[in-house]
Amino acid sequence: MAIELYRIDDRLIHGQVVVGWGSPLDIQFLVLVDDDVADSEWEQELYRMGTPPEMAIYFETVDSAAGQLDHYRRDERRGILLTSSIQTMRRLAEAASIPAVNLGGIHHRTGRTERLRYVFLDGEEEEALRSLADRGVIVTAQDVPAARAVPLSELLAAGQEG
Amino acid sequence: MSDSNAPAIRAIVAGHGDWAAGLVSALAQITGRGDLFLPLTNRGMSGEQLEMALRAAVDETGASCVFTDLVGGSWTLTARRVMRDRPSLVLVTGANLSMLLDFTFHDSMPPEEAARLAVEKGRSAMTVGGGGMQTGGGRGN
Repeated sequence: MAIELYRIDDRLIHGQVVVGWGSPLDIQFLVLVDDDVADSEWEQELYRMGTPPEMAIYFETVDSAAGQLDHYRRDERRGILLTSSIQTMRRLAEAASIPAVNLGGIHHRTGRTERLRYVFLDGEEEEALRSLADRGVIVTAQDVPAARAVPLSELLAAGQEG
Repeated sequence: MSDSNAPAIRAIVAGHGDWAAGLVSALAQITGRGDLFLPLTNRGMSGEQLEMALRAAVDETGASCVFTDLVGGSWTLTARRVMRDRPSLVLVTGANLSMLLDFTFHDSMPPEEAARLAVEKGRSAMTVGGGGMQTGGGRGN
């Protein structure tokens, strides 16, 4: 499997992803799945500048990503697929098969409840995560490789504890 | 709560964890001019919150320069977003203490020029020594 990680992270490309995960997993490409970014040359340029020179970056809409997923999986390099929201990952999982999802950073916003220091969820997002799990997708929260992967059931049972 | 006294802050230092606060505290210890810098952390913040925080910091302090830690870090991307409508803002990535010290001592210079000199200083401050290597040195070129 050439895509090592399917990650939901509202900062998309940042230090934790390119260095924190990128170095230990020997990541050589990123697939950024976001309809808005895929439609904006300026946004793409911004993320290109944030990508280390040794990594390639590809921009996809949810629809194009679903079509290209097998192609990325056959790639001999190792990659990370990123979305900034749970809803985007859910849409992708409905259009293509995804084995596992990593919740890497969903930060505080009005209406969201703290589940972990780096995971805050509202009701709709919890529902979307349950629906991913019902499809057989393994959902865990883990901000960095050295941290423990917290299973979804434990995450949703967790109160407002940091 | 904005107008207490004239903005003395010249630059924002923004990074992961306590990196920025640590650098500014080191600057304060060496030069007594920690007040020229505002440290920001990205801990626990979404992309949206980072952008709001940096815009607010730039507006409230009048800082003309932003120093960040990683080229691919979230503050660097955020600064580039903010620079879209504030093109005069100067961004320096990969900051270190020597660089910031140099910037501190050039406080009468235009920020972009001071930043360029500071980057040269910061680069030349990096050396490797020891390790049993035959080619001594450590003095750079």
